[in-house]
Amino acid sequence: MLILSGIAIVVIGFVLRFNPLLVVTTAALATGLAAGLGPVEVISAFGKAFNDNRYVSAIWIVLPVIGLLERAGLQERARQLIATLEGATIGRLLLVYLLFRQITAALGLHAIAGHAQTVRPLVAPMAEAAAERQVPGLDQPMRERVRAWAAATDNVGVFFGEDIFVAIASILLIKGFLEQFGISLTPLQLSVWAIPTAIAAFLIHGARLMRFDRRLQRISRV
Amino acid sequence: MITLAAVYAFAGLIFAAFALLSALDRTHRKRFGNAAFWSLVALSFLAGDYLGDFGNGLLVLGLVTLSGSGALGRSDPPTTSAEQRRLEAGRRGNRLFLTALIIPATALAGTLLLPHVTIDGAPLVDPRQVTLVSLALGVIVALAVAMIWLRAPLAAPLQEGRRLIDAVGWAAVLPQMLAALGAVFALAGVGDVVGTYASAWIPAGNLFATVAAYAMGMALFTMVMGNAFGAFPVMTAAIGLPLLIRQYGGDPAIVAAIGMLSGFCGTLMTPMAANYNIVPAALLELSNRNGVIREQIGTAIPLLGVNLILIYVLAFR
Repeated sequence: MLILSGIAIVVIGFVLRFNPLLVVTTAALATGLAAGLGPVEVISAFGKAFNDNRYVSAIWIVLPVIGLLERAGLQERARQLIATLEGATIGRLLLVYLLFRQITAALGLHAIAGHAQTVRPLVAPMAEAAAERQVPGLDQPMRERVRAWAAATDNVGVFFGEDIFVAIASILLIKGFLEQFGISLTPLQLSVWAIPTAIAAFLIHGARLMRFDRRLQRISRV
Repeated sequence: MITLAAVYAFAGLIFAAFALLSALDRTHRKRFGNAAFWSLVALSFLAGDYLGDFGNGLLVLGLVTLSGSGALGRSDPPTTSAEQRRLEAGRRGNRLFLTALIIPATALAGTLLLPHVTIDGAPLVDPRQVTLVSLALGVIVALAVAMIWLRAPLAAPLQEGRRLIDAVGWAAVLPQMLAALGAVFALAGVGDVVGTYASAWIPAGNLFATVAAYAMGMALFTMVMGNAFGAFPVMTAAIGLPLLIRQYGGDPAIVAAIGMLSGFCGTLMTPMAANYNIVPAALLELSNRNGVIREQIGTAIPLLGVNLILIYVLAFR
């Protein structure tokens, strides 16, 4: 039971909004101690795992390029482009991005977009420009919501597209796990069953995008 | 052979530059806090393999202490004004997009082509690391093109990069730290304990309740772990395999595939999935750290319901 103390620390820490790095480290140390490791062993185990997972943070190498292009007006260009597109609304724009992200992820191209590479420099400013056209003088809280919708759409698109691709990590994990128990499946047998959920994700998230769109239209009329 | 070590060295040098520029920034109130934090990240990338496990542990504690004590702050390095950017955007036009697309295009081409490139029979790039190596290659090509085309000052990419990384702040290392927490959980056997409790809760003989426990258990435990990969073996070993597949005769492909996707619904709702939820909130400069999660809950909960019904209807025909 004590071994679950780490989970409790994580939940309480996040709810009370303590610094997440502090919460995560405390949870790791508590869990290690509860499992009977000594203080030095726990710190070593956490340090080793941190070092083994450096690839997770390697994505930040894109920042100098993104920053350089932002300096030369990349975000403004994204805004200008949307401003010239007749009939571009935030709902339609993000719906197209959702479909693009799901289809490319299903083809194994999940790494071609992401929050640092595409959402911040391109999709979020485009969404903001579209929303601005719908509601002139959009206020700051609403602007932030529009940007949050851009990020949310990227997540939904990639999560519920990538599993249709046969060589994605999660499909290989499922295959490997079931094999341990004598159940042998091909990746294709698994990945076809990601299609119904992918369609449902498109319909649900798409309907919510269109509803958000209509809400903006109503605000503009008031 | 080019391996991850080359990518790490590149990342280490970039973070070292961020640290140096922070230290030199006299307008920055917390410049030494930022400089210390990015120095530790640079050290991890450049020398992590030589520090030893305990040394790496101390490095992590250093990062935590700096961010927990509020030593980090945003920076405001010199950049172009909003007016200049509008003019530049009009002048440069859509070629700005093409330059931005060099990174994903190179990453894609590299992922497809590099595994086939060999020198004297040995692969040029470590086949398991080809995606990250290609990404780094894309960054280098895009940087070269942009520098020649834009004629920006030499320090500009590093100063602009620092502006962005300081906007992200401590959240930049949170995903990596959460991955490390997952490893400690696995070491301590947290999953087995959770699995035992989860399976003890299910009413015997009720198929729908068992499916619901599996799908919702996947989502909930994913929310705790921050990713479905950690939750899947635990929940499937506790509920999916012994009950849904063996006892009720469910189709293993359907149970497992849609079970995993139920976990993905949990990913949409948790700050523990930092790289998807907390990092973009920081990157997009949202004042609410959970702003992205807030917009996702309305998609995640109905979709979890759909997954539950899909398993129930499709797997037991």
